[in-house]
Amino acid sequence: MHSNKWFNILVPIISVIIGLLSGAIIMLVSGYNPIQGYVALFNGAFGDLYFFGETIRQTTPYILTGLAIAFAFRAGLFNIGAEGQVIVGWLAAVWIGTSMEAPMYIHLPLALFVAALAGAFWGFIPGLLKARLGVHEVIVTIMMNYIALYSANAIIRRVLTDSADKTETIASSASLASEWLEGLTYFSRMHYGIMIALFAAVIMWFIIERTNIGYELKSVGYNQHASKYAGMSVKRNIVLAMVISGAFAGLAGSMEGLGTYGNMTVSSGFSNIGFDGIAVALLGANTAIGVVLAAFLFGALKVGALNMPTHAGVPNELVDIIIALIIFFVASSYIIRWIILRFKKEEK
Amino acid sequence: MKNRTFILLFAIMASVAVVLSACGGNESSNKDNAAANKSESEDYSVAIVTDEGGVDDKSFNQSSWEGLKAWGEEQGLSKGNGFDYAQSSDESDYLPNLTRLTRDGYNLIFGVGFLLQDAVTKVAEQNPDTNYAIIDTVVEAPNVASITFAEHEGSFLAGVAAAMKTKTDKLGFIGGVDSDLINKFEAGFEAGAKSVNPDIEVDIQYVGNFSSAADGKLIATRMYENDTDIIYHAAGAAGNGVFAQAKDLKQNDPDREIWVIGVDRDQHEEGKIGEHNVTFTSMVKRVDLSVQEVSDMGAKDAFPGGEVLEFGLVDDGVSLAKTNEEAMSDDIISAVDEWKEKITNGDVTVPKTRDELKEFEESL
Repeated sequence: MHSNKWFNILVPIISVIIGLLSGAIIMLVSGYNPIQGYVALFNGAFGDLYFFGETIRQTTPYILTGLAIAFAFRAGLFNIGAEGQVIVGWLAAVWIGTSMEAPMYIHLPLALFVAALAGAFWGFIPGLLKARLGVHEVIVTIMMNYIALYSANAIIRRVLTDSADKTETIASSASLASEWLEGLTYFSRMHYGIMIALFAAVIMWFIIERTNIGYELKSVGYNQHASKYAGMSVKRNIVLAMVISGAFAGLAGSMEGLGTYGNMTVSSGFSNIGFDGIAVALLGANTAIGVVLAAFLFGALKVGALNMPTHAGVPNELVDIIIALIIFFVASSYIIRWIILRFKKEEK
Repeated sequence: MKNRTFILLFAIMASVAVVLSACGGNESSNKDNAAANKSESEDYSVAIVTDEGGVDDKSFNQSSWEGLKAWGEEQGLSKGNGFDYAQSSDESDYLPNLTRLTRDGYNLIFGVGFLLQDAVTKVAEQNPDTNYAIIDTVVEAPNVASITFAEHEGSFLAGVAAAMKTKTDKLGFIGGVDSDLINKFEAGFEAGAKSVNPDIEVDIQYVGNFSSAADGKLIATRMYENDTDIIYHAAGAAGNGVFAQAKDLKQNDPDREIWVIGVDRDQHEEGKIGEHNVTFTSMVKRVDLSVQEVSDMGAKDAFPGGEVLEFGLVDDGVSLAKTNEEAMSDDIISAVDEWKEKITNGDVTVPKTRDELKEFEESL
């Protein structure tokens, strides 16, 4: 039993280290100094308070999308639609933030709630299709991503503005931005959202580990037929898992809309927050605490990587390859698991 | 037994970590010294932050970088030491890139493209002692110089040339993102074409971004299929797809007359296919010149903070390339020069928006 726990911690750590090592080899082969490269990466993420603040800023939505995907995974569902749920959440939050006036204690919670609701609705559709008609959630969610992206663009252009590229800035009563945190971190865009994200992680842990709903969801994830035999409603649980997962992703969108940017821009492509969330959930072994740690790592990688071209001369393309390698090894943690298991067997 | 393996692994990992962090300590202190030296010296340093197109977009990001490189080499500086660039892969990178370069002690930082408007506004407010410049849009702040171009005037000339060249009387316009800036290209081009021949049809399409060459190619395919023979693109890197499609068609059928009008840089090189070249002309926007000029002003302590600089036909800030001598026949060149004269004289006011274009068409 003891070794099982070790195992879950060890596998992600080893995959990160292998990823970093192979990144180092690639830098070495291409004629760059890997130590300098990683020092630039580290300084770019933690070098001083500004970069630390930016890392936290990037970590915030990653925690929430990571939780969203981990939650669906637990119920045996692969929610690739976090990206789309982020977009609708972002749009909904900005919509509430720009269109109404209210005191902060109503406005901000309302904006967050509507964002979560929008994300939940975006998760509800694939959940319902899966439960009622057996349509695979991966296909539906991928398509829902595009619907979200282009509908959001159209709404920004036609409804929220008069064919402008971005919405107005949200009212300060709906903003998560904090002058105190900005001042503390030399004008980084760090905002109060991190507290909401951490709170969401606690909620996820509580639902999964301490409630009947969580027990049923996990049970459906392990074995649908057995759960059905035990008298659980598989359909209801599938829909519920997608709705809660979507709500987390919608909140992630509101972090961008209410915290980081304060508006929403017509965008030509996905923000990748939702897609990166898949890697975060995988690395975090689908647990709340694991997701928080993995999100922190990904936030640091994303922000720190910007520093590598200017401070270590490593070209952007190489930085992308290195980041991708780390993700690759994280995703292939099963291989590492297998190798360790073999290693152990031989020892016996 | 099991535990021993894990302890061993951890020991290895811990030692690696210690070694790495030890190296890290040294490196960073060296770096700090270097930074300190840099700020002590009198050298004026300049950097650019690209938008999502990247520094090799064969369009205006690249053009700005070429301008900065030329300026830096003139001053005897080298990349990373006096001038540098930072690439952004998405929206969230703009502000960290700008702030990082600011903190690295650069005196002047360019935000390349209107997408960086918000980020430049914010960073300029937070760092009043650093100078910034924004290209293609206006940021009102005492430490920001706004660089704009009269793209509509250059596009008007492109429209004139295209209207004289076309055999099918169908022209195409492919824009990047449907926005005020790209509408200037669109309105100018259509106005120019219709000034020559009011019956000309202009098919207007937008890619939706400046980066997807695949989408650009798709739209170009459709346009060329519909008998359009000249496409003017203002789509940054997405426009590379237009060139790819035109070259494909030309290779299969070398006798077919199809052309692309390039944008921002002289895109003559992009159009080469065997002995042919599909680049008819390019609406050249001398972003490189503007970057050089503003950097020069900054180095001479005459930074035009708070001003809006417009580069137009008069000062060759925008112009029509004449590199493809075969395609640009003498009568086209003389017509273009004639219209250029009229615009610089003020006889013709080129429309900048769709509404102005409507009025312009009615007045024809």
